[in-house]
Amino acid sequence: MLELKNIVKKYFIGEPNELTVLRNINLKVLDGEFVSIVGASGSGKSTMMNILGALDRPTEGIYSLDGQSTGSMTDNQLSEIRNERIGFVFQTFNLIPRNTALANVELPMFYCGMGKKARRERAKELLALVGMEDRMDHMPNELSGGQKQRVAIARSLANNPSIVLADEPTGALDTKTGNMVMDLFLKINEEEKRTVILITHNEELALETQRMITLRDGEIISDKRISERGRVS
Amino acid sequence: MIVENIALAFSSIRANKMRSLLTMLGIIIGIMSVIAIVIVGDAMTASVTENMSSLGAGNITVSIQEKGLDSAEINVIAGERISLSGGRTARTGNSPESSDLITDEMINSVAESFPGEVLGVSVSYSGGSAQVKSKDLYANISISGTNSGYATANNITMISGRYISERDVEARAMTAVVSDKLVGNMFPNGDDPIGEKVKVYKSNSIETYTIVGIYEYEQMGFGGMAADIDISTPFYIPVSTAKADVLEKNYTYFTVIAANNVDVNAMTDKLQNYFDNLYRNNKLWKASASNMSSMLDSISETLGTISLAIAFIASISLLVGGIGVMNIMLVSVTERTREIGTRKALGAKNFNIKIQFVIEAAIISLVGGIIGIILGIFIGIIITNVIDAPLVISSIVVLGIAMFSMAIGIFFGWYPASKAAKMDPIEALRYE
Ligand SMILES: Nc1ncnc2c1ncn2[C@@H]1O[C@H](COP(=O)(O)OP(=O)(O)OP(=O)(O)O)[C@@H](O)[C@H]1O
Ligand SMILES: [Mg+2]
Repeated sequence: MLELKNIVKKYFIGEPNELTVLRNINLKVLDGEFVSIVGASGSGKSTMMNILGALDRPTEGIYSLDGQSTGSMTDNQLSEIRNERIGFVFQTFNLIPRNTALANVELPMFYCGMGKKARRERAKELLALVGMEDRMDHMPNELSGGQKQRVAIARSLANNPSIVLADEPTGALDTKTGNMVMDLFLKINEEEKRTVILITHNEELALETQRMITLRDGEIISDKRISERGRVS
Repeated sequence: MIVENIALAFSSIRANKMRSLLTMLGIIIGIMSVIAIVIVGDAMTASVTENMSSLGAGNITVSIQEKGLDSAEINVIAGERISLSGGRTARTGNSPESSDLITDEMINSVAESFPGEVLGVSVSYSGGSAQVKSKDLYANISISGTNSGYATANNITMISGRYISERDVEARAMTAVVSDKLVGNMFPNGDDPIGEKVKVYKSNSIETYTIVGIYEYEQMGFGGMAADIDISTPFYIPVSTAKADVLEKNYTYFTVIAANNVDVNAMTDKLQNYFDNLYRNNKLWKASASNMSSMLDSISETLGTISLAIAFIASISLLVGGIGVMNIMLVSVTERTREIGTRKALGAKNFNIKIQFVIEAAIISLVGGIIGIILGIFIGIIITNVIDAPLVISSIVVLGIAMFSMAIGIFFGWYPASKAAKMDPIEALRYE
């Protein structure tokens, strides 16, 4: 379970151009939920996501993960949390260049100290799960956008995280490929019972999730359950 | 962990081959110079030591020198025996008068003045180059007038017959000791050459000598372009014979062979005193005595100075190389900011990032170092070949230098790696 309590995020603190990006955010996400976050550009979605992913620290407020507050944790402890419990999927894929698809998927396991053989085996399984097993020896620059994102999703699942965070994962993809990626997230949520939080500008995709949170100017202006799920077209 | 990082480092070197090579250049040149210095220095020392034992540590050379010049000026001529350039090369353009030179009386008086301490004396006089000819057979020679002590002083190995004797010198005999090489040229049928007469064609005369001995010719130095058959070998004749038609009978230098039980350094001092006394009234010239150990000191001093100069250049090159590595690592860290952000998002700790870049810097300089070592050994092989010195490559030195080049990478890669490790993951991910 993720919990944000009175979270505030400011930039340029103390300077004349001080900027409050998140104002008093309160949010609870239960295990196994599929939540979408929508809102205009600059409304603070990514900022909130980075705090949820333990990549960033809030200026004020408490973020706790499974009841454990992260405020007093060291950078190394946050690294461990990201490594073991959180999977990231980025809009721009962020695969490591010059590393094969397989090596990219192995990376989180490398950082948690898993042995070479076990890593390799698990990475192959994950690539098979996203339908990329026949491309595992390819370099990122030899893959299409959709293929890269599937590798990135496989990588996000490497250490069996309970939470998967995706910041506009379909933003750089066409509708068809985007739908395929969305199907993967649905599968991850439904079949593997992982919490998925998805930022999207695409209302239709948001409607496929269980819960839609809308941000405006750093505040949550709506948080609603979606009763009728399913693809419109 | 380390293994993966090494593989990673190689893949990023491979991805930027040209850039990596240019980065390595400073390290390559620096390490190459270091290796070359070590090899050449070792070779020279070994060569000098070898010469020392072959020339005999008991030799004390007395040579004419201009007053006011410091101790014997030492020349190490590539591949040749060590020679003192006292009177042989006039240092300042002044040349000694005949009356300044060492006379036969002085030389003879040495043996009388130090009974039991002197085994013999060796003199030599160059008679120029010439050719031995008979029908279509020939051999090139350089005529050298010597006395009986010369063979001892220069460790000449006789194969058969005898060396030039004192009686030959007194009688101004037309006797000659020739090399096995000459025998091979002139007596291809295997006839015994001892007692045979050979005709020596000089530039303006033809002389006939009787062969009394054969010595073993050791090729010193670079053979040069000469075909084997054309190699010129020394042709030893009595010094008196060599000087028969020249006016100048005196010597610029000669060698005293100390007896076996004598302290050579003390003997050198005694000889110096003896000659200082003889030359006390000469305003311009003196005779200076020196032995192998004083020569060796002066050679190693010269070598040390040269090495120091090259080491200085090498260390500047290594410093520049190290800064090059630092620069390229800073560029690489900036270029890979997003990669660093991604790695951190995936759970890399600062330590993981740091070690990745430190290892990359270490590998770049190690590869540069290895290339430098290979080139340095190559240069060392060429130089030792040219000066005909023994090639000694110590694997410990090579290993140590490889480690050193890696240490340079670690040292200069530390700061860029720390910079990478300290990056804020969010900022790194947002970097365009
Ligand atoms: N490091 C930073 N320094 C200063 N301002 C920042 C920084 N990061 C984000 N901001 C500001 O915070 C605000 C929210 O940014 P954020 O990236 O969270 O928006 P977003 O909702 O994800 O927008 P988009 O949909 O375009 O991705 C923006 O106004 C942005 O300029
Ligand atoms: Mg965003």
